[in-house]
Amino acid sequence: MLTKRIIPCLDIKNGRTVKGVNFVNLIDAGDPVELAQRYAENLADELVFLDITATEEKRKTLIDLVHRVGKAINIPFTVGGGVSSVEDVSAILKAGADKVAINSAAVKNPDLINKLSAKFGNQCIVVAIDAKRIDDNWKVHLVGGKVPTDLDLFEWAREVEFRGAGEILFTSMNHDGTKNGFANQTLKKLNQILNIPVIASGGAGSIKHFEDTFTSGKADAALAASVFHFGEISIQTLKQELINRKIKVRL
Amino acid sequence: MSQNVIIIDYGAGNIQSLKFALSRLGVEAETSSDVKTIKAADKVIFPGVGHAESAMEKLKETGLHLIIPELQQPVLGICLGMQLMCRFTEEGPTQGLGIFDVEVKRFETQLKVPHMGWNLIKNLKTDLFQNLPQEAYMYFVHSYYVPLNTDSIADSDYGCNFCAALKKHNFYGVQFHPEKSSQWGEKILDNFLKLAI
Repeated sequence: MLTKRIIPCLDIKNGRTVKGVNFVNLIDAGDPVELAQRYAENLADELVFLDITATEEKRKTLIDLVHRVGKAINIPFTVGGGVSSVEDVSAILKAGADKVAINSAAVKNPDLINKLSAKFGNQCIVVAIDAKRIDDNWKVHLVGGKVPTDLDLFEWAREVEFRGAGEILFTSMNHDGTKNGFANQTLKKLNQILNIPVIASGGAGSIKHFEDTFTSGKADAALAASVFHFGEISIQTLKQELINRKIKVRL
Repeated sequence: MSQNVIIIDYGAGNIQSLKFALSRLGVEAETSSDVKTIKAADKVIFPGVGHAESAMEKLKETGLHLIIPELQQPVLGICLGMQLMCRFTEEGPTQGLGIFDVEVKRFETQLKVPHMGWNLIKNLKTDLFQNLPQEAYMYFVHSYYVPLNTDSIADSDYGCNFCAALKKHNFYGVQFHPEKSSQWGEKILDNFLKLAI
């Protein structure tokens, strides 16, 4: 049976990890390659790198980083942040990434999803969607959640699948950073209307939260940053505990 | 042991991660679409992602579709590479290279397609899986699958039992991505590299 995936997310700025990490025995906690290697050895199923600089002049630093990460780790990894063209995606994949995440660029130019999927295959195109519940509607937001749009989350999710996305990375802005659990009801609904994998993001604070997002939220994968970076939850312990609770994970 | 490993380059998908994985095992593989170079290699790897029909067309453009089935050295097909080594695939539909006499089918299941993520491979046979545990997790990404058949050397389960790896004479095929499958995937690549030439 296919297992549920646990995905640590690393925020990258100028080729270094930000938000801080607290790993024992790491000589330089800011080095994304070292951190990635550590996660790969500690049973992470995939990694996501989000480049939060994403300005033109810094892209070379990112490509160099992707190359170094690809050389070092033996699990799949996704790179996102400011990806806006076929050329961007081509450069990132050539440097050794397995998948690319697009977000704002897909909203501004939905045809980009079709183009990327046709050129590189849908398995490597992850569409990231940040959304916020406003009254009873989930609205898609851009630029790291700063800019609201009129797009409905569920309609947009259906459209990106139709256009050739291979996976959806859904971040609930209402839950992100709260450590109060994932947006499981919304995830469940997404899961019902989609036939591509959904990665849950935003809200991880405890092992129970991961359990809930896989059972109630029906998520295919769960992404988190700080609970892993600060060693609050070790992936090994998390996975052992999920297995005890009858959830299939790779150990 | 220095050996000459060639990854067949026919423009089908990204092979950087495969090169990186081989490099971690001490082999600097070259990519090539040149018939002479491929024939002269100690080991040949036939990768591929994307659509079967366009991949097959690319092989035909260079005449590689006639060369690959004739190769004498160990050949490893990965993912779409493995599927193209079969007689026929529903994707397209497309006639394959016919090395394995089996038809590739699309997953007909309530589960999500593509089958994407880590799944167990079991019933492992042959030297390709030497020194692996009885069952091991591998990373899969595919929408079409090879049914169990007489050449199966590993199987997995996604809505149905399917063939996760094949072997016939010097030809091996794996549906999963050993280059992305952590330590046991690495072991499989290492076993392939260690096969007698």
